[in-house]
Amino acid sequence: MEALIGSIVVFTLATFLGVELIHRVPTMLHTPLMSGANAISGITIIGSLIVAGGGHGWISTGLGFTAVVFAMINVVGGYAVTDRMLQMFKKKPEAK
Amino acid sequence: MPAWLAQVSYLVAAVCFILGLKWLGSPATAVRGNRLSGLGMLIAIVVTLLDRHIVSYQVIAAGLLVGSGLGLWMARSVKMTAMPQMVALLNGLGGGASLLVGGSEYLKARLAGSQPALDVAITTQATLLIGAVTLTGSLIAWAKLEERMPGRPITFPMQKMVNALVFLVIVVLAVWQVVRFDSPAWPFYLVCLLSLVLGVLLVIPIGGADMPVVISLLNSYSGIAGGMTGFVIHNEELIIAGALVGSSGIILSQIMCKAMNRSLGNVLFGAFGGGGGAIASAKSAEGLTVRQVSAADAAVQLGYARSVIIVPGYGLAVAQAQHLVREMADLVEKRGGEVKYAIHPVAGRMPGHMNVLLAEANVPYDKLFDMDQVNSEFERTDVALVIGANDVVNPAARTDPSSPIYGMPILNADQAHSIIVLKRGMGSGFAGIENELFYNPKTAMLFGDAKASLAKLVTELKAV
Repeated sequence: MEALIGSIVVFTLATFLGVELIHRVPTMLHTPLMSGANAISGITIIGSLIVAGGGHGWISTGLGFTAVVFAMINVVGGYAVTDRMLQMFKKKPEAK
Repeated sequence: MPAWLAQVSYLVAAVCFILGLKWLGSPATAVRGNRLSGLGMLIAIVVTLLDRHIVSYQVIAAGLLVGSGLGLWMARSVKMTAMPQMVALLNGLGGGASLLVGGSEYLKARLAGSQPALDVAITTQATLLIGAVTLTGSLIAWAKLEERMPGRPITFPMQKMVNALVFLVIVVLAVWQVVRFDSPAWPFYLVCLLSLVLGVLLVIPIGGADMPVVISLLNSYSGIAGGMTGFVIHNEELIIAGALVGSSGIILSQIMCKAMNRSLGNVLFGAFGGGGGAIASAKSAEGLTVRQVSAADAAVQLGYARSVIIVPGYGLAVAQAQHLVREMADLVEKRGGEVKYAIHPVAGRMPGHMNVLLAEANVPYDKLFDMDQVNSEFERTDVALVIGANDVVNPAARTDPSSPIYGMPILNADQAHSIIVLKRGMGSGFAGIENELFYNPKTAMLFGDAKASLAKLVTELKAV
Protein backbone atom coordinates (compact mmCIF):
# COMPACT_ATOMS: atom_id res chain seq x y z
CA MET A 1 0.00 0.00 0.00
CA GLU A 2 2.84 2.39 0.87
CA ALA A 3 4.45 1.69 -2.48
CA LEU A 4 1.16 2.55 -4.21
CA ILE A 5 0.87 5.86 -2.35
CA GLY A 6 4.48 6.66 -3.27
CA SER A 7 3.68 5.99 -6.92
CA ILE A 8 0.58 8.17 -6.78
CA VAL A 9 2.66 10.98 -5.26
CA VAL A 10 5.19 10.70 -8.08
CA PHE A 11 2.43 10.62 -10.71
CA THR A 12 0.72 13.71 -9.26
CA LEU A 13 3.90 15.75 -8.95
CA ALA A 14 5.00 14.82 -12.46
CA THR A 15 1.59 15.87 -13.81
CA PHE A 16 1.96 19.34 -12.28
CA LEU A 17 5.52 19.56 -13.55
CA GLY A 18 4.30 18.69 -17.05
CA VAL A 19 1.65 21.42 -16.92
CA GLU A 20 4.24 24.00 -15.86
CA LEU A 21 6.68 22.94 -18.59
CA ILE A 22 4.15 22.92 -21.42
CA HIS A 23 2.49 26.22 -20.52
CA ARG A 24 5.68 28.07 -21.38
CA VAL A 25 6.05 26.65 -24.87
CA PRO A 26 5.18 29.15 -27.65
CA THR A 27 2.48 28.19 -30.19
CA MET A 28 5.10 28.10 -32.90
CA LEU A 29 6.63 24.97 -31.39
CA HIS A 30 3.44 23.13 -30.51
CA THR A 31 3.63 20.57 -33.32
CA PRO A 32 7.21 19.47 -32.54
CA LEU A 33 6.30 19.58 -28.87
CA MET A 34 3.42 17.22 -29.46
CA SER A 35 5.43 14.75 -31.49
CA GLY A 36 8.30 15.03 -29.00
CA ALA A 37 6.00 14.34 -26.06
CA ASN A 38 4.49 11.56 -28.11
CA ALA A 39 7.94 9.98 -28.42
CA ILE A 40 8.28 10.11 -24.62
CA SER A 41 4.99 8.23 -24.29
CA GLY A 42 6.81 5.38 -26.05
CA ILE A 43 8.36 4.78 -22.60
CA THR A 44 6.02 1.79 -22.53
CA ILE A 45 8.96 0.20 -24.36
CA ILE A 46 10.34 -0.60 -20.88
CA GLY A 47 7.29 -2.65 -20.00
CA SER A 48 7.32 -4.22 -23.45
CA LEU A 49 10.96 -5.32 -23.08
CA ILE A 50 10.30 -6.89 -19.70
CA VAL A 51 7.32 -8.81 -21.07
CA ALA A 52 9.04 -9.86 -24.30
CA GLY A 53 12.21 -11.08 -22.61
CA GLY A 54 10.74 -12.54 -19.46
CA GLY A 55 10.45 -16.07 -20.79
CA HIS A 56 6.89 -16.57 -19.55
CA GLY A 57 5.66 -18.77 -22.35
CA TRP A 58 4.98 -18.11 -25.98
CA ILE A 59 1.81 -16.07 -25.51
CA SER A 60 3.59 -13.54 -23.31
CA THR A 61 6.59 -13.49 -25.59
CA GLY A 62 4.44 -13.02 -28.68
CA LEU A 63 2.46 -10.19 -27.11
CA GLY A 64 5.71 -8.71 -25.82
CA PHE A 65 7.32 -8.85 -29.25
CA THR A 66 4.39 -6.98 -30.80
CA ALA A 67 4.51 -4.47 -27.96
CA VAL A 68 8.24 -3.89 -28.51
CA VAL A 69 7.64 -3.26 -32.23
CA PHE A 70 4.75 -0.86 -31.54
CA ALA A 71 6.56 1.04 -28.81
CA MET A 72 9.78 1.23 -30.80
CA ILE A 73 7.98 2.71 -33.82
CA ASN A 74 6.51 5.24 -31.40
CA VAL A 75 9.91 6.05 -29.89
CA VAL A 76 12.13 6.12 -32.97
CA GLY A 77 9.50 7.60 -35.29
CA GLY A 78 8.58 10.25 -32.73
CA TYR A 79 12.11 11.42 -32.01
CA ALA A 80 13.25 11.27 -35.64
CA VAL A 81 10.32 13.23 -37.04
CA THR A 82 10.59 15.83 -34.25
CA ASP A 83 14.25 16.26 -35.04
CA ARG A 84 13.44 16.64 -38.73
CA MET A 85 10.91 19.39 -37.98
CA LEU A 86 13.16 21.24 -35.56
CA GLN A 87 15.99 21.27 -38.09
CA MET A 88 13.70 23.29 -40.33
CA PHE A 89 13.27 25.92 -37.66
CA LYS A 90 17.03 26.14 -37.28
CA LYS A 91 17.66 26.67 -40.98
CA LYS A 92 18.68 30.18 -41.94
CA PRO A 93 16.88 31.71 -44.91
CA GLU A 94 19.06 31.17 -47.94
CA ALA A 95 20.94 34.17 -49.30
CA LYS A 96 19.11 36.09 -51.95
CA MET B 1 23.65 -4.30 -12.25
CA PRO B 2 22.86 -3.44 -8.61
CA ALA B 3 19.31 -2.25 -7.99
CA TRP B 4 20.40 1.18 -6.75
CA LEU B 5 22.34 1.84 -9.97
CA ALA B 6 19.28 0.99 -12.04
CA GLN B 7 17.19 3.35 -9.90
CA VAL B 8 19.73 6.16 -10.33
CA SER B 9 19.85 5.57 -14.09
CA TYR B 10 16.05 5.76 -14.31
CA LEU B 11 16.24 9.03 -12.37
CA VAL B 12 18.80 10.38 -14.86
CA ALA B 13 16.50 9.36 -17.71
CA ALA B 14 13.57 11.15 -16.07
CA VAL B 15 15.67 14.31 -15.67
CA CYS B 16 16.55 14.06 -19.37
CA PHE B 17 12.82 13.98 -20.26
CA ILE B 18 12.03 16.97 -18.03
CA LEU B 19 14.94 19.10 -19.24
CA GLY B 20 14.25 17.97 -22.79
CA LEU B 21 10.66 19.17 -22.58
CA LYS B 22 11.84 22.44 -21.06
CA TRP B 23 14.33 23.00 -23.88
CA LEU B 24 11.67 22.16 -26.45
CA GLY B 25 10.08 25.45 -25.38
CA SER B 26 12.49 27.70 -27.26
CA PRO B 27 13.56 27.53 -30.92
CA ALA B 28 17.18 28.05 -29.93
CA THR B 29 17.36 25.00 -27.68
CA ALA B 30 14.62 22.78 -29.12
CA VAL B 31 16.88 20.49 -31.18
CA ARG B 32 19.09 19.87 -28.16
CA GLY B 33 16.03 19.32 -25.98
CA ASN B 34 14.59 16.65 -28.25
CA ARG B 35 17.93 14.85 -28.45
CA LEU B 36 18.38 14.98 -24.68
CA SER B 37 14.96 13.45 -24.28
CA GLY B 38 15.98 10.76 -26.80
CA LEU B 39 19.11 10.11 -24.76
CA GLY B 40 16.92 9.64 -21.70
CA MET B 41 14.93 7.03 -23.61
CA LEU B 42 18.10 5.24 -24.67
CA ILE B 43 19.33 5.15 -21.06
CA ALA B 44 15.98 3.78 -19.91
CA ILE B 45 16.06 1.03 -22.57
CA VAL B 46 19.66 -0.01 -21.88
CA VAL B 47 19.13 -0.09 -18.11
CA THR B 48 16.01 -2.22 -18.56
CA LEU B 49 17.88 -4.66 -20.78
CA LEU B 50 20.74 -5.00 -18.29
CA ASP B 51 18.78 -4.91 -15.06
CA ARG B 52 15.62 -6.88 -15.51
CA HIS B 53 15.45 -10.65 -15.54
CA ILE B 54 15.50 -10.98 -19.23
CA VAL B 55 16.18 -14.51 -20.39
CA SER B 56 15.84 -14.27 -24.14
CA TYR B 57 17.37 -11.46 -26.13
CA GLN B 58 16.61 -12.75 -29.65
CA VAL B 59 12.95 -11.79 -29.58
CA ILE B 60 13.80 -8.39 -28.13
CA ALA B 61 16.52 -7.71 -30.68
CA ALA B 62 14.17 -8.60 -33.51
CA GLY B 63 11.43 -6.36 -32.10
CA LEU B 64 13.81 -3.45 -31.57
CA LEU B 65 15.16 -3.76 -35.12
CA VAL B 66 11.77 -4.05 -36.81
CA GLY B 67 10.27 -1.19 -34.75
CA SER B 68 13.24 1.14 -35.20
CA GLY B 69 13.37 0.48 -38.93
CA LEU B 70 9.67 1.14 -39.43
CA GLY B 71 9.78 4.21 -37.18
CA LEU B 72 12.75 5.69 -38.99
CA TRP B 73 11.21 5.02 -42.37
CA MET B 74 7.96 6.71 -41.36
CA ALA B 75 9.78 9.72 -39.91
CA ARG B 76 11.86 10.15 -43.06
CA SER B 77 9.13 9.68 -45.62
CA VAL B 78 6.20 11.53 -44.04
CA LYS B 79 5.15 14.78 -45.70
CA MET B 80 4.97 17.75 -43.37
CA THR B 81 1.31 18.28 -44.30
CA ALA B 82 0.65 14.76 -43.02
CA MET B 83 2.15 15.37 -39.56
CA PRO B 84 -1.21 15.13 -37.75
CA GLN B 85 -1.80 11.66 -39.20
CA MET B 86 1.71 10.61 -38.25
CA VAL B 87 1.27 11.77 -34.66
CA ALA B 88 -2.11 10.04 -34.52
CA LEU B 89 -0.62 6.77 -35.74
CA LEU B 90 2.33 6.93 -33.33
CA ASN B 91 -0.06 7.70 -30.49
CA GLY B 92 -2.14 4.69 -31.38
CA LEU B 93 0.90 2.42 -31.41
CA GLY B 94 1.97 3.73 -27.98
CA GLY B 95 -1.49 2.97 -26.64
CA GLY B 96 -1.42 -0.43 -28.32
CA ALA B 97 1.89 -1.26 -26.66
CA SER B 98 0.43 -0.36 -23.26
CA LEU B 99 -2.57 -2.58 -23.95
CA LEU B 100 -0.34 -5.49 -24.89
CA VAL B 101 1.87 -5.10 -21.81
CA GLY B 102 -1.15 -4.85 -19.53
CA GLY B 103 -2.74 -7.86 -21.18
CA SER B 104 0.27 -10.09 -20.97
CA GLU B 105 0.95 -9.12 -17.34
CA TYR B 106 -2.61 -10.20 -16.59
CA LEU B 107 -2.25 -13.47 -18.46
CA LYS B 108 1.08 -14.15 -16.79
CA ALA B 109 -0.42 -13.73 -13.32
CA ARG B 110 -3.33 -15.95 -14.36
CA LEU B 111 -1.09 -18.73 -15.65
CA ALA B 112 0.99 -18.60 -12.49
CA GLY B 113 -2.21 -18.68 -10.44
CA SER B 114 -0.86 -15.92 -8.23
CA GLN B 115 -3.27 -13.35 -6.88
CA PRO B 116 -2.04 -9.87 -7.88
CA ALA B 117 -2.10 -7.06 -5.33
CA LEU B 118 -5.18 -4.86 -5.41
CA ASP B 119 -3.39 -1.85 -6.90
CA VAL B 120 -1.87 -3.96 -9.66
CA ALA B 121 -5.25 -5.49 -10.44
CA ILE B 122 -6.89 -2.07 -10.68
CA THR B 123 -4.18 -0.43 -12.78
CA THR B 124 -4.04 -3.44 -15.09
CA GLN B 125 -7.70 -2.95 -15.96
CA ALA B 126 -7.11 0.82 -16.39
CA THR B 127 -4.19 0.10 -18.71
CA LEU B 128 -6.32 -2.22 -20.83
CA LEU B 129 -9.11 0.35 -21.11
CA ILE B 130 -7.01 3.45 -21.83
CA GLY B 131 -4.52 1.61 -24.05
CA ALA B 132 -7.27 0.09 -26.19
CA VAL B 133 -9.23 3.35 -26.51
CA THR B 134 -6.03 5.15 -27.52
CA LEU B 135 -5.24 2.48 -30.12
CA THR B 136 -8.54 2.37 -31.99
CA GLY B 137 -9.39 6.03 -31.37
CA SER B 138 -6.10 7.07 -32.93
CA LEU B 139 -6.61 4.75 -35.88
CA ILE B 140 -10.00 6.36 -36.57
CA ALA B 141 -8.45 9.84 -36.22
CA TRP B 142 -5.75 8.75 -38.65
CA ALA B 143 -8.29 7.42 -41.14
CA LYS B 144 -10.32 10.63 -40.98
CA LEU B 145 -7.27 12.85 -41.49
CA GLU B 146 -5.92 10.62 -44.25
CA GLU B 147 -9.40 10.71 -45.81
CA ARG B 148 -9.66 6.92 -45.77
CA MET B 149 -13.06 7.47 -44.19
CA PRO B 150 -15.46 10.44 -44.36
CA GLY B 151 -14.38 13.34 -42.18
CA ARG B 152 -17.93 14.32 -41.30
CA PRO B 153 -19.30 13.33 -37.90
CA ILE B 154 -20.83 9.85 -37.98
CA THR B 155 -23.83 9.85 -35.71
CA PHE B 156 -26.64 7.46 -34.92
CA PRO B 157 -29.61 7.66 -32.57
CA MET B 158 -28.95 7.16 -28.86
CA GLN B 159 -25.21 7.43 -29.54
CA LYS B 160 -24.27 8.86 -26.15
CA MET B 161 -26.45 6.27 -24.41
CA VAL B 162 -24.74 3.45 -26.30
CA ASN B 163 -21.27 4.85 -25.48
CA ALA B 164 -22.19 5.24 -21.82
CA LEU B 165 -23.57 1.71 -21.75
CA VAL B 166 -20.42 0.23 -23.30
CA PHE B 167 -18.31 2.13 -20.78
CA LEU B 168 -20.48 0.94 -17.92
CA VAL B 169 -20.20 -2.70 -19.01
CA ILE B 170 -16.41 -2.33 -19.18
CA VAL B 171 -16.30 -0.90 -15.66
CA VAL B 172 -18.52 -3.66 -14.27
CA LEU B 173 -16.44 -6.40 -15.89
CA ALA B 174 -13.22 -4.74 -14.72
CA VAL B 175 -14.44 -4.47 -11.15
CA TRP B 176 -15.52 -8.11 -11.25
CA GLN B 177 -12.01 -9.15 -12.26
CA VAL B 178 -10.45 -6.99 -9.58
CA VAL B 179 -12.53 -8.35 -6.72
CA ARG B 180 -12.73 -11.97 -7.89
CA PHE B 181 -9.38 -13.16 -9.17
CA ASP B 182 -10.88 -16.60 -9.84
CA SER B 183 -13.34 -15.10 -12.32
CA PRO B 184 -13.31 -16.82 -15.72
CA ALA B 185 -11.09 -15.48 -18.51
CA TRP B 186 -13.87 -14.20 -20.76
CA PRO B 187 -14.44 -10.92 -18.87
CA PHE B 188 -10.78 -10.07 -19.54
CA TYR B 189 -11.14 -10.61 -23.28
CA LEU B 190 -14.47 -8.79 -23.29
CA VAL B 191 -12.93 -5.77 -21.52
CA CYS B 192 -10.22 -5.63 -24.21
CA LEU B 193 -12.73 -6.02 -27.03
CA LEU B 194 -15.25 -3.50 -25.69
CA SER B 195 -12.49 -0.99 -24.98
CA LEU B 196 -11.34 -1.28 -28.58
CA VAL B 197 -14.93 -0.72 -29.70
CA LEU B 198 -15.27 2.25 -27.34
CA GLY B 199 -12.24 3.94 -28.95
CA VAL B 200 -13.99 3.75 -32.32
CA LEU B 201 -17.33 4.94 -30.92
CA LEU B 202 -15.79 7.93 -29.18
CA VAL B 203 -14.00 9.30 -32.25
CA ILE B 204 -16.44 8.64 -35.14
CA PRO B 205 -18.89 11.42 -34.11
CA ILE B 206 -16.12 14.04 -34.17
CA GLY B 207 -15.71 16.05 -37.36
CA GLY B 208 -12.47 16.05 -39.36
CA ALA B 209 -11.83 19.71 -38.53
CA ASP B 210 -11.80 18.92 -34.82
CA MET B 211 -9.22 16.16 -35.16
CA PRO B 212 -6.38 18.36 -33.79
CA VAL B 213 -8.09 18.44 -30.41
CA VAL B 214 -8.68 14.70 -30.58
CA ILE B 215 -5.03 14.05 -31.38
CA SER B 216 -3.86 16.18 -28.46
CA LEU B 217 -6.26 14.36 -26.21
CA LEU B 218 -5.24 10.91 -27.46
CA ASN B 219 -1.63 11.97 -26.94
CA SER B 220 -2.57 12.60 -23.36
CA TYR B 221 -4.29 9.19 -23.13
CA SER B 222 -1.23 7.41 -24.50
CA GLY B 223 0.81 9.08 -21.76
CA ILE B 224 -1.69 8.09 -19.08
CA ALA B 225 -1.74 4.53 -20.45
CA GLY B 226 2.04 4.47 -20.14
CA GLY B 227 1.80 5.79 -16.59
CA MET B 228 -0.74 3.10 -15.68
CA THR B 229 1.61 0.48 -17.09
CA GLY B 230 4.18 1.89 -14.68
CA PHE B 231 1.84 1.16 -11.78
CA VAL B 232 1.35 -2.40 -13.09
CA ILE B 233 5.06 -3.24 -13.37
CA HIS B 234 6.15 -0.98 -10.46
CA ASN B 235 8.37 1.27 -12.50
CA GLU B 236 8.49 4.94 -11.54
CA GLU B 237 10.25 5.94 -14.73
CA LEU B 238 7.14 4.98 -16.66
CA ILE B 239 4.93 6.79 -14.17
CA ILE B 240 6.91 10.05 -14.47
CA ALA B 241 7.15 9.99 -18.26
CA GLY B 242 3.51 8.99 -18.61
CA ALA B 243 2.35 11.81 -16.34
CA LEU B 244 4.45 14.37 -18.23
CA VAL B 245 2.92 13.36 -21.55
CA GLY B 246 -0.53 13.05 -20.03
CA SER B 247 -0.50 16.63 -18.78
CA SER B 248 1.07 18.05 -21.95
CA GLY B 249 -1.69 16.53 -24.07
CA ILE B 250 -4.40 18.00 -21.86
CA ILE B 251 -2.82 21.47 -21.98
CA LEU B 252 -2.53 21.39 -25.76
CA SER B 253 -6.16 20.26 -26.16
CA GLN B 254 -7.25 23.13 -23.93
CA ILE B 255 -5.24 25.64 -25.96
CA MET B 256 -6.84 24.36 -29.16
CA CYS B 257 -10.34 24.54 -27.69
CA LYS B 258 -9.77 28.08 -26.48
CA ALA B 259 -8.65 29.10 -29.97
CA MET B 260 -11.95 27.79 -31.32
CA ASN B 261 -13.96 29.23 -28.42
CA ARG B 262 -15.45 25.86 -27.60
CA SER B 263 -15.34 23.63 -24.60
CA LEU B 264 -13.65 20.26 -24.70
CA GLY B 265 -17.04 18.68 -24.07
CA ASN B 266 -18.52 20.45 -27.06
CA VAL B 267 -15.70 19.20 -29.30
CA LEU B 268 -15.97 15.62 -28.07
CA PHE B 269 -19.74 15.30 -27.96
CA GLY B 270 -21.01 18.17 -30.12
CA ALA B 271 -20.70 16.42 -33.53
CA PHE B 272 -19.74 19.81 -34.98
CA GLY B 273 -18.32 20.67 -38.37
CA GLY B 274 -16.65 18.49 -40.96
CA GLY B 275 -18.72 19.90 -43.83
CA GLY B 276 -21.93 18.27 -42.67
CA GLY B 277 -23.78 21.47 -43.50
CA ALA B 278 -25.93 21.03 -40.43
CA ILE B 279 -25.44 24.60 -39.30
CA ALA B 280 -27.54 27.18 -41.08
CA SER B 281 -25.73 30.37 -41.90
CA ALA B 282 -26.76 33.15 -39.61
CA LYS B 283 -26.71 35.82 -42.26
CA SER B 284 -27.53 35.10 -45.83
CA ALA B 285 -25.32 36.52 -48.53
CA GLU B 286 -28.22 37.53 -50.73
CA GLY B 287 -27.99 40.93 -52.34
CA LEU B 288 -24.29 41.22 -51.60
CA THR B 289 -21.67 41.24 -54.29
CA VAL B 290 -18.04 40.31 -54.28
CA ARG B 291 -15.36 42.26 -56.11
CA GLN B 292 -13.07 40.10 -58.23
CA VAL B 293 -9.57 41.11 -59.09
CA SER B 294 -7.09 39.91 -61.70
CA ALA B 295 -3.68 38.58 -60.74
CA ALA B 296 -2.07 41.55 -62.50
CA ASP B 297 -4.01 44.11 -60.45
CA ALA B 298 -3.39 42.22 -57.22
CA ALA B 299 0.33 42.12 -58.02
CA VAL B 300 0.41 45.90 -58.55
CA GLN B 301 -1.30 46.38 -55.21
CA LEU B 302 1.20 44.10 -53.48
CA GLY B 303 4.14 45.57 -55.34
CA TYR B 304 3.46 49.07 -54.08
CA ALA B 305 2.39 48.12 -50.57
CA ARG B 306 4.64 49.24 -47.74
CA SER B 307 3.32 46.62 -45.37
CA VAL B 308 1.74 43.25 -46.07
CA ILE B 309 0.41 40.72 -43.62
CA ILE B 310 -0.09 37.23 -45.01
CA VAL B 311 -2.80 35.13 -43.38
CA PRO B 312 -2.13 31.50 -44.35
CA GLY B 313 -4.78 28.84 -43.86
CA TYR B 314 -4.85 25.12 -44.38
CA GLY B 315 -5.92 25.68 -48.01
CA LEU B 316 -2.40 26.91 -48.59
CA ALA B 317 -0.89 23.73 -47.23
CA VAL B 318 -3.30 21.52 -49.18
CA ALA B 319 -2.22 23.27 -52.38
CA GLN B 320 1.44 22.72 -51.34
CA ALA B 321 2.03 26.39 -52.11
CA GLN B 322 4.20 27.35 -49.11
CA HIS B 323 7.31 27.77 -51.24
CA LEU B 324 5.49 30.04 -53.68
CA VAL B 325 4.28 32.21 -50.81
CA ARG B 326 7.83 32.73 -49.69
CA GLU B 327 8.92 33.51 -53.24
CA MET B 328 6.16 36.09 -53.50
CA ALA B 329 7.05 37.54 -50.09
CA ASP B 330 10.69 37.83 -51.15
CA LEU B 331 9.64 39.83 -54.21
CA VAL B 332 7.53 42.19 -52.11
CA GLU B 333 10.41 42.67 -49.70
CA LYS B 334 12.83 43.33 -52.53
CA ARG B 335 10.57 46.19 -53.56
CA GLY B 336 10.76 47.63 -50.05
CA GLY B 337 7.55 46.27 -48.55
CA GLU B 338 7.50 44.72 -45.11
CA VAL B 339 6.02 41.21 -44.91
CA LYS B 340 4.69 39.49 -41.82
CA TYR B 341 2.78 36.25 -41.39
CA ALA B 342 -0.18 36.12 -39.04
CA ILE B 343 -0.69 32.62 -37.67
CA HIS B 344 -4.03 31.76 -36.12
CA PRO B 345 -3.74 29.09 -33.42
CA VAL B 346 -5.89 26.71 -35.45
CA ALA B 347 -4.35 27.44 -38.85
CA GLY B 348 -3.38 24.02 -40.14
CA ARG B 349 -4.42 20.67 -38.77
CA MET B 350 -2.75 20.67 -35.39
CA PRO B 351 -1.40 23.33 -33.02
CA GLY B 352 1.65 24.98 -34.54
CA HIS B 353 1.25 23.04 -37.80
CA MET B 354 1.36 26.13 -40.01
CA ASN B 355 4.62 27.22 -38.41
CA VAL B 356 6.20 23.91 -39.35
CA LEU B 357 4.88 24.11 -42.91
CA LEU B 358 6.25 27.64 -43.36
CA ALA B 359 9.54 26.70 -41.72
CA GLU B 360 9.82 23.90 -44.27
CA ALA B 361 9.53 26.57 -46.99
CA ASN B 362 12.40 28.48 -45.33
CA VAL B 363 10.25 31.29 -43.99
CA PRO B 364 12.31 32.64 -41.06
CA TYR B 365 10.43 32.10 -37.82
CA ASP B 366 10.88 35.69 -36.64
CA LYS B 367 8.44 36.72 -39.40
CA LEU B 368 5.69 34.52 -38.02
CA PHE B 369 3.46 36.22 -35.49
CA ASP B 370 0.83 34.86 -33.14
CA MET B 371 -2.65 36.29 -33.21
CA ASP B 372 -2.11 38.40 -30.07
CA GLN B 373 1.11 39.89 -31.36
CA VAL B 374 -0.17 40.85 -34.79
CA ASN B 375 -3.83 41.75 -34.39
CA SER B 376 -3.24 45.39 -33.43
CA GLU B 377 -1.11 45.88 -36.54
CA PHE B 378 -3.74 45.17 -39.19
CA GLU B 379 -5.16 48.70 -39.04
CA ARG B 380 -1.74 50.07 -39.98
CA THR B 381 -1.26 47.54 -42.78
CA ASP B 382 -1.67 48.27 -46.49
CA VAL B 383 -2.62 44.79 -47.66
CA ALA B 384 -3.83 41.75 -45.79
CA LEU B 385 -3.34 38.74 -48.05
CA VAL B 386 -5.62 35.88 -46.99
CA ILE B 387 -4.60 32.56 -48.55
CA GLY B 388 -6.83 29.55 -48.09
CA ALA B 389 -8.15 30.77 -44.74
CA ASN B 390 -11.80 31.45 -44.01
CA ASP B 391 -13.35 31.10 -40.57
CA VAL B 392 -10.29 32.51 -38.79
CA VAL B 393 -10.80 35.89 -40.51
CA ASN B 394 -14.62 35.96 -40.35
CA PRO B 395 -15.64 39.22 -38.64
CA ALA B 396 -18.95 37.60 -37.66
CA ALA B 397 -17.02 36.03 -34.79
CA ARG B 398 -16.67 39.54 -33.35
CA THR B 399 -19.92 41.16 -34.38
CA ASP B 400 -22.73 38.66 -34.91
CA PRO B 401 -23.95 36.95 -31.73
CA SER B 402 -26.16 34.63 -33.78
CA SER B 403 -23.18 33.18 -35.65
CA PRO B 404 -22.03 29.70 -34.57
CA ILE B 405 -18.46 30.97 -34.38
CA TYR B 406 -19.36 34.08 -32.36
CA GLY B 407 -16.73 34.69 -29.73
CA MET B 408 -13.98 32.73 -31.45
CA PRO B 409 -10.82 34.82 -31.47
CA ILE B 410 -10.03 35.84 -35.06
CA LEU B 411 -7.36 37.66 -37.01
CA ASN B 412 -8.53 41.21 -37.72
CA ALA B 413 -7.74 41.09 -41.43
CA ASP B 414 -10.83 43.24 -42.11
CA GLN B 415 -9.11 46.20 -40.45
CA ALA B 416 -6.34 46.41 -43.03
CA HIS B 417 -6.50 49.19 -45.64
CA SER B 418 -7.24 46.62 -48.29
CA ILE B 419 -7.70 42.88 -48.32
CA ILE B 420 -6.90 40.37 -51.04
CA VAL B 421 -8.39 36.91 -50.61
CA LEU B 422 -7.03 33.94 -52.54
CA LYS B 423 -9.75 31.34 -52.64
CA ARG B 424 -10.81 28.43 -54.79
CA GLY B 425 -14.45 29.49 -55.00
CA MET B 426 -17.23 30.91 -52.91
CA GLY B 427 -17.62 27.79 -50.76
CA SER B 428 -17.86 28.29 -47.03
CA GLY B 429 -15.40 27.18 -44.36
CA PHE B 430 -15.65 24.03 -42.29
CA ALA B 431 -18.24 25.62 -40.05
CA GLY B 432 -20.46 26.22 -43.09
CA ILE B 433 -20.84 29.92 -42.39
CA GLU B 434 -20.93 32.86 -44.79
CA ASN B 435 -17.94 35.15 -44.41
CA GLU B 436 -18.87 38.82 -44.66
CA LEU B 437 -15.21 39.70 -45.11
CA PHE B 438 -15.58 38.55 -48.72
CA TYR B 439 -18.36 41.11 -49.30
CA ASN B 440 -16.44 43.96 -47.69
CA PRO B 441 -15.92 46.82 -50.22
CA LYS B 442 -12.22 46.83 -49.27
CA THR B 443 -11.89 43.17 -50.21
CA ALA B 444 -10.79 41.89 -53.59
CA MET B 445 -11.20 38.20 -54.40
CA LEU B 446 -8.68 36.35 -56.54
CA PHE B 447 -10.34 33.05 -57.40
CA GLY B 448 -8.50 29.90 -58.33
CA ASP B 449 -6.27 27.20 -56.89
CA ALA B 450 -3.91 28.79 -54.34
CA LYS B 451 -0.84 27.44 -56.07
CA ALA B 452 -1.84 28.64 -59.54
CA SER B 453 -2.89 32.07 -58.22
CA LEU B 454 0.38 32.50 -56.34
CA ALA B 455 2.40 31.46 -59.38
CA LYS B 456 0.57 34.12 -61.41
CA LEU B 457 1.19 36.69 -58.67
CA VAL B 458 4.90 35.88 -58.68
CA THR B 459 5.12 36.27 -62.47
CA GLU B 460 3.18 39.52 -62.41
CA LEU B 461 5.17 40.90 -59.48
CA LYS B 462 8.39 40.37 -61.41
CA ALA B 463 6.91 42.46 -64.22
CA VAL B 464 5.62 45.32 -62.05
